[in-house]
Amino acid sequence: MIIQFFCRAVLLGVPLLYGSTGEILTEKSGHLNLGIPGIMYVGAISGVTGSLIYENSCGNDIANMNPLLAVLIPLVFSIVGSVLMGLVYSFLTVTLHANQNVTGLALTTLGIGLGNFLGSSLISITNSDLPSIALTNTSSFFSTKLPFYDKLGVVGELIFSYDFLTYFAIIIAVIVAIVLNRTRVGLNLRSVGENPATADAAGINVVKYRYIATAVGSAIAGLGGLQYVMAYASGCWTNNAFGDRGWMAIALVIFALWKPSLAILGSFFFGALCNANNYIQGLGTETQELFKMIPYIATIVVLIITSMRKKREHQPPASLGINYFREER
Amino acid sequence: MMANKSTMKTHHEPLFHVVKRDDMSAGKAWLVRISTIVISFIFIGFVSMVLTGKNFGEAFETMFLGAFGRIFDGRMTMLWKYLQDVAILLALSLALTPAFKMKFWNCGAEGQTLMGGLASIICMIELGGKMQTLPLIAVIAVSSIAAGAIWGLIPAIFKALFNTNETLFTLMMNYIATQIIAYYVYIKGGGSNVINPVPYGNFPTVGDNDYFVNIVIVAVITILMFIYLKFSKQGYEISVVGESQNTARYVGINVKKVIIRTMVISGALCGVTGMLLVAGKDHSINTNLVGGQGFTAILMSWLGQFNPFIMVFMTGIVIFLKLGVAKIADDALLNSSFSEIIVGFVILMLVGCEFFIHYSIKFRHNKKEVKA
Repeated sequence: MIIQFFCRAVLLGVPLLYGSTGEILTEKSGHLNLGIPGIMYVGAISGVTGSLIYENSCGNDIANMNPLLAVLIPLVFSIVGSVLMGLVYSFLTVTLHANQNVTGLALTTLGIGLGNFLGSSLISITNSDLPSIALTNTSSFFSTKLPFYDKLGVVGELIFSYDFLTYFAIIIAVIVAIVLNRTRVGLNLRSVGENPATADAAGINVVKYRYIATAVGSAIAGLGGLQYVMAYASGCWTNNAFGDRGWMAIALVIFALWKPSLAILGSFFFGALCNANNYIQGLGTETQELFKMIPYIATIVVLIITSMRKKREHQPPASLGINYFREER
Repeated sequence: MMANKSTMKTHHEPLFHVVKRDDMSAGKAWLVRISTIVISFIFIGFVSMVLTGKNFGEAFETMFLGAFGRIFDGRMTMLWKYLQDVAILLALSLALTPAFKMKFWNCGAEGQTLMGGLASIICMIELGGKMQTLPLIAVIAVSSIAAGAIWGLIPAIFKALFNTNETLFTLMMNYIATQIIAYYVYIKGGGSNVINPVPYGNFPTVGDNDYFVNIVIVAVITILMFIYLKFSKQGYEISVVGESQNTARYVGINVKKVIIRTMVISGALCGVTGMLLVAGKDHSINTNLVGGQGFTAILMSWLGQFNPFIMVFMTGIVIFLKLGVAKIADDALLNSSFSEIIVGFVILMLVGCEFFIHYSIKFRHNKKEVKA
């Protein structure tokens, strides 16, 4: 029971981890991308589209499917979809100096609309009786577990029982942490987010860094949507099922104090909070609805605590949300 | 450096560069915005042609019918529904405007409206039948305004005291409100997740028109908000705090007080919208009462440049698109989310076109300006 709770918490936390790692990378370059919820939808639906195309080309027969292609095609589709969304965002905010909050929110509207629109179009194409798309074959490749996990008892269950995208999420978070804090590229990126004018004067290409950080961040966030559909929901796309996870991912960025390493723990903690209502004994349905508030209340508590303790290393990048225009000093 | 300049010029001066400009007249700026809207509409027309197989004119006729109905045949029901939808989105945009003008990103319109709606439905259920309709409506008004104001006050206090990030705080308050509604609906709906329309405390119908009162209330709010922002001392304080908090402090404005007061107003107006939705329209409540319009309202307030009358225009266009494109999607057997895409697209176009208003592109050789 406790082990199952822990495993569900990790699975629920992984989309948040992808989302917040991507958002941390973007925010470190000084851009607050509120389009992440929409981008995660697009990442998910692009992956679904890709795998649907591949499944149909194989005659919906799992025997004909090449495991590598079955995984790679949705991955590539998902990344391309979310990078395109990220490029729209960076074109508007970096090149056209549009307001970041407004652009992000509009992009979220667009992304969720795209997700639901493509979702329902694909549902009608597949002639499904249910309002959902089932990609069980692709999902079975995505959720392939390590071969030895059941031989290790509890440890195997706790640590080795997940799909590969879960491990991938942790690896990406660690890589982003290393790149941000231990490499020259990361140093440059952070300086762009802290003070773009100084970075510009030092010869760093601010525009390039912001474009790349947003595009890569979006790609990472989009994978979160894909992981949700393929591993958590067993390959089943339902409109609006992804819900508000994108917003929670953005909240997690503050929770993690802009550190990807803390985001790993934070996302599992959030996953546990999201799931707690199912594991507390003796709750009626109505009280469960109240218990679903817990993650949001926890976020607010974290927001308040971090704002009360004004430690210098816990602050957002100094020029977060401010567009940089070279001729304006 | 100066000596090198002439030799470098031929190699290193970029093809064009971007210059900020503040001199574009309001009329010209509007020309850019209107042309953007026209270009977007032409694009939407072409997309609709491809999707439905109709010609350009028919596509717009479909949109027109979807939004306004057959008004030329004297059937006004659709038109009233259109006006009602505009009124609700406009009310939300107006509610957010004072906060945005102060650079307080209130993303919590959804939650504040839900709480206002919750207060209304509680009054309607608990007091309905025990009071006359008019006193009951007064109680509903007071309680829903208070509920919305409190929901807006909580993040404002923390913003004023600790500078807590208000964007996420207000967002999280939305989800808490949603869960409270889910809880309440479950209890009152007897597990069916539906509260049947409550016959008490409903706004009166004028003629046989259910929405008239709502539309009038929002029209009054629009005018009051314009006066409040433009001519009142408090409105002036809001714009000073929005421009620069340091300036505000220097001239002796109590910034904390302004933040809290403005958010109470913002939340209270969201509460009013909640009341309009519950007592004036649905007579019931569910978690999807606001349906994401709180976010659209943020964009409307921004695109309306904090001017209530421009917001009327912008919300009018967006609701027209939403209903009209939904009709096109419906005819083409497409999902109604198609209209969300189109609305998102048009808003992004409008956000992007501001670039051509605030900046101009200067080319290297001929000093020609590129107009949008």
